[in-house]
Amino acid sequence: MSAAALPPTGIPASTGAQEPNYLNWSYTVKDWLLTIDHKRIAVLYLVSISIMFLLGGFAAMVLRLELTSPHGQLLTSEVYNKMFTMHGVLMVFFFLVPSIPATLGNFVIPLMIGAKDLAFPRLNLLSWYLYTIGGLLALTAMVTGGVDTGWTFYTPYSSVYSNSNVSLTVIGIFIAGFSSILTGINFIVTIHKMRAPGLTWFRLPLFIWAHYATSVIIVLGTPVVAITLALVVAERMLHLGIFNPALGGDPILFQHMFWFYSHPAVYIMILPSLGIVSEIIACFSRKRIFGYSFVAFSSIAIAVFGFLVWGHHMFVTGQSMYTSMVFSALSFIVAVPSAIKVFNWMATIYKGQVWFAAPMLYAMGFIGLFTVGGLTGLYLASLAMDVHLNMTYFVVAHFHFVMVGGATLGYLGGLHFWWPKITGRMYPEGWAKLAAGISFIGFNLTFLPQFVVGYLGMPRRYHYYPAEFQVWHVMSSAGASVLAIGYGIPVIYFLWSLKYGAKAGNNPWGAVGLEWTTTSPPPMENFHEIPVVTWEAYAYEDESEEQAQKDREDMPGAGAAVRQEAARDTEEGHPQGHPAAE
Amino acid sequence: MNFPFLPERASTFSNQIDALGVVLTVLTIFFSALVMSLMLFFAIRYRRGSKVSRSKPQHHNIALELTWSVIPLVLGLTVFVMAMIPFTQIYNPPANAEEIFVIGKRWMWHLEHTNGIRENNELHVPTGRPFKLTIISQDVIHGFYVPAFRIKRDALPGRYNTVWFEATRPGKYHLFCTEYCGTNHSQMGGWVYVMTPANYSQWLKTGSQGALTQKVETVAEQGRELFTTLACSNCHVNQDTVRAPTLNGIYGHPRKLLSGKIVNADDEYLRNAIRKPEDNLLEGYGQVTTMPAYKEDQLTEEQIHNLIVYIKTLGSTSGSPVANKTAPRTTAPAATVQPVGGTTILTNGTTPMATPGQPSTAVDSKSGAQTTSALSAPTRNIGSTP
Repeated sequence: MSAAALPPTGIPASTGAQEPNYLNWSYTVKDWLLTIDHKRIAVLYLVSISIMFLLGGFAAMVLRLELTSPHGQLLTSEVYNKMFTMHGVLMVFFFLVPSIPATLGNFVIPLMIGAKDLAFPRLNLLSWYLYTIGGLLALTAMVTGGVDTGWTFYTPYSSVYSNSNVSLTVIGIFIAGFSSILTGINFIVTIHKMRAPGLTWFRLPLFIWAHYATSVIIVLGTPVVAITLALVVAERMLHLGIFNPALGGDPILFQHMFWFYSHPAVYIMILPSLGIVSEIIACFSRKRIFGYSFVAFSSIAIAVFGFLVWGHHMFVTGQSMYTSMVFSALSFIVAVPSAIKVFNWMATIYKGQVWFAAPMLYAMGFIGLFTVGGLTGLYLASLAMDVHLNMTYFVVAHFHFVMVGGATLGYLGGLHFWWPKITGRMYPEGWAKLAAGISFIGFNLTFLPQFVVGYLGMPRRYHYYPAEFQVWHVMSSAGASVLAIGYGIPVIYFLWSLKYGAKAGNNPWGAVGLEWTTTSPPPMENFHEIPVVTWEAYAYEDESEEQAQKDREDMPGAGAAVRQEAARDTEEGHPQGHPAAE
Repeated sequence: MNFPFLPERASTFSNQIDALGVVLTVLTIFFSALVMSLMLFFAIRYRRGSKVSRSKPQHHNIALELTWSVIPLVLGLTVFVMAMIPFTQIYNPPANAEEIFVIGKRWMWHLEHTNGIRENNELHVPTGRPFKLTIISQDVIHGFYVPAFRIKRDALPGRYNTVWFEATRPGKYHLFCTEYCGTNHSQMGGWVYVMTPANYSQWLKTGSQGALTQKVETVAEQGRELFTTLACSNCHVNQDTVRAPTLNGIYGHPRKLLSGKIVNADDEYLRNAIRKPEDNLLEGYGQVTTMPAYKEDQLTEEQIHNLIVYIKTLGSTSGSPVANKTAPRTTAPAATVQPVGGTTILTNGTTPMATPGQPSTAVDSKSGAQTTSALSAPTRNIGSTP
């Protein structure tokens, strides 16, 4: 690229809080609830998803408290079963699946690609309403008697035997599924059609690639689980013989259909997080992502292979041995794109300028925990090992490493990273670092013991358990309380920062990327003028390589000093990103 | 408070699985430590403002990236093969394994030994002998799991599943249900008692519930009685008739259905044929059947299992002369024959059970003697040679 690139700093810096933005544009409830602005809808989503997360987290704390004793102390088995179902349903369907796409994705994607909004703003608002209606139905089901099937709704228990509010919960999830589908369609069309002039596919931030892959999975997978759950309701209410063998149905059919969505759904939850981590690692290492195209295509590979491994949930159900072999082999293959990402992040940090800000700490925590989560997945992909570990706490520990250590930590990292853009305020950095550290320690204390107790043979979804497992459960519960503190602190300081946080400025991180070129918070129309992109993604290295080389040869350390100064500027809020002119 | 770290090892699979666990754990720790230490090392060494050389930063390097794609792939596929081999063993019971019939129902396990002894939530087995579990559920899906054996298999309603084990170390081990099955899921379980062969035969004599109460009939004998009381024998006689095919010697042999499908007459097929005869009509027997469909309230899973075990013995143990088979079946391809489990099990498995004087042994030894002399079709002899 030889063209003299226009730096992303070309837009005039913000002059103060008086400037009109999407937050101060109007304060009426009507303007919030009927908004078609993607940023406002993202905030609506952020609020509702946070409520769901806190409710699901509350259920988790009750479970962990109950499990400190092998005989149970507070709950009956019936209530315990309803509690873990509530935890699973809320966390999976109403937090993890929509978390990053519907909040950060919704907010950042149009900004990142230089668009004024998503392609279908009204669909976007409809998706939030569907999510809210679905969530309220599910919550109603939980409050008015609860549901006790586990979030997996295995038949024929769910379709015939359970006496709890299965139908209402399932209808809630069904409706919320459409909110995912609408978001997915919106993202796909937006990414295809609304990129700013000059923003070619291979100049897109990896966050966009990750969301593109996620959206494809959502659009292809969610209808399947919607149909499956609708069939459960049909069997419950109309007594059609679909899954119940007494009526000529096949209970295993449910598992195939359920996991055909729900395994790819794991990637719906983790891929956006992988995208966030790529953004953060590049920004806080001040370096272009190593092997951009490998990382981008690994997202696509995960989306494709993710659809071919659902049978690894069913090694012990009685599916044919040869079927299991194929699914096992494919499951090992799907691990490779994730490994590529991790190694490429290492190489990105190498020779970077690493700034240990809170988002970077979250991203580094993510990499460590996601690696453990991924590697322990190999135990479960291993056929004979899965015979022993399937349906034990080992599985619980594994997917919490990926879903909590991975997806949720990535979400929190992203929230810290874009919080200044979303609110125009800085969160308190010291508290954020502390919370990141507490979460990391609490997380490991909670879930590492579960690997051990799982290998010992402790089955999941057990209210009562043999006394010899107690020591591991007590450790896990202790960790959960630490983790709860780690999650509680950000809730407090984020709310605090809305009023008392320091003004963020347009680009507090000195990040490149179009979203940092506009004001914080962004104006309603996002950009005062449509940006024209002439530089590659992650154009962090602001001096030409020859120049840098010369600096270092002349005087060791001089280059670094320049950078230090640059970094100080950055902290004062002056945008720093200059694309490298190669 | 004790501090267990590894589960006990009590079956022939335990060491294999744990060895696999060691390989996986070494890989996990190695790569986790590699990633975390590299990340921390790079991040600290290249922290903002540190005075280290950052010359010639690279942004892509195909050779390097292919290296770290191919190494995980090769390692992964190696582990895949290592884990596949024991898997094929766990779900492939050896021919000489003695059958134990397992029914899961909310919220208990019901087990029936071949010699007719029944147990609830407890299983007594000797060391050194293979046992094949035929598992079914009466209601929802359950999971039969013995951590010390490292085996698990789901109990499905309406379908048989199998798994096997050979216990190696005497002791008392947990039996769990691993598939969530409702309110008392966590209490659905019990104990597996592994005993020395000597203790086991002692238990058969004095400790087992059957021996304590009365003379126990073998599963096959119970099946024969059912066969008579249900009047199966009115139609299913020793040769094919216009009303019904004979059941003698059909087990493990291909059957051609009215639909044109050829199925192997295994446990699953026989069970379906009893539950839903109309879906399993044989070629040559018209569109309708006079056989009633035996639903769950008429015939329990245990009774069906007893009938199947009895049918397995037909033709080789019934003692009655086996009549000539009609042409269509004997000429059917015998490609998919499998060992006739029932007879081989009983004859081979009698050593420790000879002592309690079970009626089973008498019948079984006779059956063993008669197998060869039976006037069975050639296809069946092929089947029983391995």
